Amino acid sequence: MSIFINSASKVIVQGMTGSEGTKHTRRMLASGTKVVGGVTPGKGGQVVEIDGVSLPVFNTVAEAMSATGANVSVVFVPPKFAKAAVIDAIDAVMPLVVVITEGIPVHDSAYFYSYSLKSGKTQIIGPNCPGLISPESSNVGIIPADITKKGPIGLVSKSGTLTYQMMYELRDIGFSTAVGIGGDPVIGTTHIDCLRAFQDDPDTKAIVMIGEIGGDAEERAAAFIAEYVKKPVVGYVAGFTAPEGKTMGHAGAIVSGSSGTAQAKKDALEAAGVKVGQTPSETARLMREILGR
Amino acid sequence: MDLYEYQARDLFEKHTVPVLKGAVATTPDQARDAATSMGGKVVVKAQVKVGGRGKAGGVKLAVDAADTFEKASAILGMDIKGHTVHKVMIAQAAPIVDEYYMSILLDRSNRTFLVMASVAGGMDIEEVAHKTPEKLAKVPVSAVDGIDIALAKKIIAQAQFPADIADQVAECLVKLWETFQSEDATLVEVNPLVKTEDGRIIALDGKVSLDENADFRQPGHAALVDTDSANALEEAAKAKGLNYVKLDNGQVGIIGNGAGLVMSTLDVVAYAGEKFSGMRPANFLDIGGGASAQVMADGLSIILGDPDVKSVLVNVFGGITACDAVANGIVQALELLGAKATKPIVVRLDGNNVLEGRAILSAANHPLVEQVETMDGAASRAAELAAK
Repeated sequence: MSIFINSASKVIVQGMTGSEGTKHTRRMLASGTKVVGGVTPGKGGQVVEIDGVSLPVFNTVAEAMSATGANVSVVFVPPKFAKAAVIDAIDAVMPLVVVITEGIPVHDSAYFYSYSLKSGKTQIIGPNCPGLISPESSNVGIIPADITKKGPIGLVSKSGTLTYQMMYELRDIGFSTAVGIGGDPVIGTTHIDCLRAFQDDPDTKAIVMIGEIGGDAEERAAAFIAEYVKKPVVGYVAGFTAPEGKTMGHAGAIVSGSSGTAQAKKDALEAAGVKVGQTPSETARLMREILGR
Repeated sequence: MDLYEYQARDLFEKHTVPVLKGAVATTPDQARDAATSMGGKVVVKAQVKVGGRGKAGGVKLAVDAADTFEKASAILGMDIKGHTVHKVMIAQAAPIVDEYYMSILLDRSNRTFLVMASVAGGMDIEEVAHKTPEKLAKVPVSAVDGIDIALAKKIIAQAQFPADIADQVAECLVKLWETFQSEDATLVEVNPLVKTEDGRIIALDGKVSLDENADFRQPGHAALVDTDSANALEEAAKAKGLNYVKLDNGQVGIIGNGAGLVMSTLDVVAYAGEKFSGMRPANFLDIGGGASAQVMADGLSIILGDPDVKSVLVNVFGGITACDAVANGIVQALELLGAKATKPIVVRLDGNNVLEGRAILSAANHPLVEQVETMDGAASRAAELAAK
């Protein structure tokens, strides 16, 4: 088992005919993901050959779903067209939409998130995220599949490279699912959504949660852990040295006034019983202690 | 991107939010000319992106054009909490009878937009929110629905604005929403929103933050970028498309891939530096997932051009771009830089094809490059070299 995606997930790629879309479709196929087609408005009817697999291209997500039975969409379209692409997927009642695109205006992501709430039938992951992987079953997005294996740890992180770093540090133990939720100010799936899913997933034995400065998502997650999560959680927070008022790469990673600091997040997590590592490798060690490996 | 008050005023005017006449001046002469053309009393306001300028003496009433020259001379060049005043705004003075507060912002916690309105304006709104929360109406606004006049009237009623001005304030709120939405703002704040003696509602002071991700559809925003306050290194990095932030009091230059990993690297260097006379990270530089030779060379040349930097730490996790490609990038970058590379460079590679990557760097055998296998160890070594 795993969360959100598994070996039965059928994936379509919005923006598959673009260079990023093609490149990552190839990687997703190579790691065993069931990619069943792509969507590019105006290119419906074409067929794309990727490493011997013929993938049909559709004009809309609705057409793609009815022809292929897809239940996951991954979005690689450029920022300018991302809002329309996600709305297309929501209108088609796609259950899970993973938005990889970086640099989407926040008015657009606020719009499609709000739109998804109104429909109530679509879960969005991202935007500006690396996607998610259930190793050896399904890989949706840009996470390198070959740095780890299947195992008992669930991982949720705002950051892509810290996700990879942690997967690599604990590669001998392995992961049920690793989810990169993205570092933008408005994201569809939060730490809390993932924590709940990991708590409810019988194959996840322990959870790593990686946060970073900005917002109050980690504080909220800490409150949720205290209330709901019974499995052991290890945490890490990046951005202790970040100065106030400077955006650190992710659009959401900014300390404003006294809120959103790394220290406040660490304190909140520790108060909820989470063991917080000072560095990524110490965090990995804490996880090893918990699992006795 | 945060705007200056005068830029916010201009945007308000563009979207027909009621404002007073205003002009920006960088010299006392310009300030005097602006006052002459407005006539009557004016307010000379320091343009700085920091609060508390009134208390610091950055806002003065001037009775006429000559007085405006004097007041502008005093304020230009003033230091307000570390910000030097390069510009003043000359604003028409108005007789005020009441002050209110209004803002529209992105509410990250609830992933929606939020309107805040209060009749207790003119002071620190956080204090109002804290001490008398009942005086601050907070109403979530869906990005899909926006604010029409009917919703605006409801919000204004909830905030208990007096009946005689409620319709005017509601219209103002709709126009602020239009500003917020059509300019791709993440914050539009009016504090104070005032009622004048003759019963008009006017946005007297404003703060606006714009979303840089929307620059592709906001061609007018490029002109609002503040070149005065940007650090020279930050400007050079921006010209090369690099995601770079200069940090104060640091000695270890940092290059990494991915925002989270770079932030983490800064922290690990700061911890390691505690053992080496307090060495600290000198910058944030994320070269992204690709880590090509040219990007690596651009990044290294920015960092090596920082006189504060005594050593460099390159911390790359090879994912999609595997470590051998990254190592080749580093080797080529050092060839491109030639004699410009003058400081010790500690490299930590991990991830896909790590052994091949390390072998490439070992074979190149560059005299400045030293490899350390772990992130913690590399941070420690870079701090040690910086302290030498």
